Amino acid sequence: MTSGPKLVSILRQGSYLIASIHTALDDTQMVRFREDLVEQIGQHRSRGVIIDVAALDVLDSFGALTLRTIAEMARLRGALTVIVGIQPDVAFAMVSLGMATGDVTTLLDLEEGLAFLDSRTRWASAGTARRPTPA
Amino acid sequence: MTNDQDRFLAGGATEDAVGLRRTADEELLPQLVAHLREHRTKLRHDWAFRITDAGLLRAMTPQEMAAETTSVYDNYVEVLETGSVEALQRYAKNLSERIIPRGVETHEVLGIVLLLRDVLARSLFEKYQVDFSLLNRVLDAYEPAANRIANTVAVSFVEERERVIRQQQDSIRELSTPVLPVRERLLILPIIGVLDSERARQLTEQLLTGIRTHRAKVVVIDITGVPDVDEAVADHLVRTVDASRLMGASVIITGLSPLIAQTLVTIGVDLSKMDTIGDLQGGLEEAERLLGYIVGREGGVSGP
Repeated sequence: MTSGPKLVSILRQGSYLIASIHTALDDTQMVRFREDLVEQIGQHRSRGVIIDVAALDVLDSFGALTLRTIAEMARLRGALTVIVGIQPDVAFAMVSLGMATGDVTTLLDLEEGLAFLDSRTRWASAGTARRPTPA
Repeated sequence: MTNDQDRFLAGGATEDAVGLRRTADEELLPQLVAHLREHRTKLRHDWAFRITDAGLLRAMTPQEMAAETTSVYDNYVEVLETGSVEALQRYAKNLSERIIPRGVETHEVLGIVLLLRDVLARSLFEKYQVDFSLLNRVLDAYEPAANRIANTVAVSFVEERERVIRQQQDSIRELSTPVLPVRERLLILPIIGVLDSERARQLTEQLLTGIRTHRAKVVVIDITGVPDVDEAVADHLVRTVDASRLMGASVIITGLSPLIAQTLVTIGVDLSKMDTIGDLQGGLEEAERLLGYIVGREGGVSGP
């Protein structure tokens, strides 16, 4: 993502990474995004990743699959992933076309995502037995 | 009927009848109308009696029926006289507007108009029975007009009925799916009436945009007021629930009737991911629990 306008921004916020996708990505760009993100998780020792897709008005099946893969890879590298900001139309299209996000948590917006990661990581680090309510 | 046939039929008639026959056909109708006007009260009573006898218009009181039959009778005779159905059309439309809400059926309206036609025809038989050929010509003049009247009334009634149905469909569509915020981040969608695929589509759209605008975390869809769902709608409902989940909201469905529950199980819709609770009250309590509200009466036993 070094040349041309940035299609995805990956920002560090405390121990989380916030990746915002600004426009629809083709398959190559999607793969590139996945590599960048997983790389940065290690660099910043992130505990959580928020992928913000609020700007997307379409999401193809490869995109959905890649998001799922990212979540799985991030988990293996020790970070919890949430997807936020799926638009109503996109949500319904995804369901209609049978594109699932698997076990990945999806939330309304960035604020929700941060709150969710806070509650999850605090729970993990404090080691208390209180389970957060399932989303 | 042509003049040739007339002459043939009138072959054995008396001089007097021939004279009568010579009165032009267009004079027959005024004659007929005059006869119907003259015997108005008796014919109207006969008619009203036959309506009651046939068990039609049970929804109306005798007074209403007397008033309506009088005006229908007068309109009827007027159409026979003028041959213009426009006034009748207006009257029939007006009448339909009044009687449709009372539950009067199409067969009843058609029935009473046909009864009137029969009553009048019978009275014409009585008057002209001595002269068969004249009777024939009177009926020739009468029948097309009478049929046109029956036709007009029936069509007006059905049109009015359809207009009412369309109007009601529109208003159902307008108020069909309100999305109501009850607490911060909690929405209720009460659904009343039959869910067809168009309404289901609309419901999805309103729910998903509602989740976005109200930043909802929990949505309670109450389908107590839904009599039945078919496979397509059930499937759509499941998708809506999944899509809501993608937007970060959990959906609780309440008020599934035994019939719907049975339908859903029989048609094999996958409901394992659906969160259902018996009634709206339970659904709201569960939603409050999910959102972390603790609701109890002041000084009461509930609460932490």
